[in-house]
Amino acid sequence: MDIPYTVTARPDTGLWNAKVGIWLFLASEVMLFGGLFSAYVFLRLDAPPGRWPHGLLNVPVGTMNTAILIASSVTVVMAWASLKMRRFARYKLYMGITILCGVIFLAVKLAYEWPEKFVHFGAHIKTEALEKYEPYLGNKHLLATGHEPRNKITGHLHNHEALHDPNVHEYEIALDKVNADPTNPESDRPHFWPVHATDKVAHVDKKDVKFAGMFLPNFNTYFATYFTITGLHGLHVLGGVLVFVYLWLPVGANLYKRNPEHLANRVEVAGLFWHFVDLVWIFVFPLFYLL
Amino acid sequence: MDETHEPIGADAAVVPDDGHAPDEHAAHDVAKHIRAYLMVGLTLLVFTAITVALSYINFGTQKANVAVAMLVATFKAGLVAAIFMHLSNEKRMIYRILIFTAFFVLGLFFLTYLAWYDPIVR
Repeated sequence: MDIPYTVTARPDTGLWNAKVGIWLFLASEVMLFGGLFSAYVFLRLDAPPGRWPHGLLNVPVGTMNTAILIASSVTVVMAWASLKMRRFARYKLYMGITILCGVIFLAVKLAYEWPEKFVHFGAHIKTEALEKYEPYLGNKHLLATGHEPRNKITGHLHNHEALHDPNVHEYEIALDKVNADPTNPESDRPHFWPVHATDKVAHVDKKDVKFAGMFLPNFNTYFATYFTITGLHGLHVLGGVLVFVYLWLPVGANLYKRNPEHLANRVEVAGLFWHFVDLVWIFVFPLFYLL
Repeated sequence: MDETHEPIGADAAVVPDDGHAPDEHAAHDVAKHIRAYLMVGLTLLVFTAITVALSYINFGTQKANVAVAMLVATFKAGLVAAIFMHLSNEKRMIYRILIFTAFFVLGLFFLTYLAWYDPIVR
């Protein structure tokens, strides 16, 4: 059986069928991401003042990934345009670059950005113990300069056994700069370049800690929303790449020989999905990385 | 992004002769749009840099900073939708689908707002 209207327009809709199909699908995708974003907005608005974390992600790397995704949106539309002009070699080239961009984006996310968080440690200090850790928190300075107080000590955990062993009574942490030098005005605002953990070591008593752990989804609401939304977005990138690879393989060439317009339409539809994924990232990037 | 304008049909060897050769008019139309695609890509990159720069400027409150960033993001998203996704020139059927989508997604955010703005507790 032949699927009708893959190339010619259906009289009543004025469109070939896949175009209607992809837009209906994208409409449902808008609702999917809309649900997650509205949850994010709700959680963020309801967070106590000053408690929503900032500057925990690597901004240069995030910016680079944003640029890569934008570049891939350009190349996929160029791949489509090449097919429209019947330049198959160019199509292969542009599609290849698009696939490469998608793979780089995913690799950066899965091999660098996420794992970097998984090994970062933080401890939420109990309210009654905040005074004791004042040298690491600098709350007097923050109060005096009109900033929101800190309640977390973060850095590189030296004694990982402390996470599981009840006989270990303290966390030994190589402090992040913000806790090593808390009264430095430099630490009041997030920075473009990531700051690495210092050599200064602090011992934090487990009794004074409300919750401690690695930067995983359960660390705080921020990371819960970050991993959920970037995770779902990453799955979309993966899905897009798989479709592009399929269209780039000989399957694409064979279809091109039979009916080039059909392949152009398939690429257009896959491209529409890809642009949507790019569009979602345009909102993810400032919300999670910058603000 | 380098774009060397080779004449249409430069790799004509792979164009199959099956009656599906491009309609001259359509191919010319697409060629005209390529410049627009590249310009939009460039604009998006520039505005990404602007977004990053703006986030280090203090607009008074955090909310103001978020509002500015969302304004820039909406502009970028609009460009992607209008040019890359061809929404600036699409058939009526697509707009009908999107009107419903916009209605429901705005409704979703309005419900979120209602849940947050609880007039009894506040």
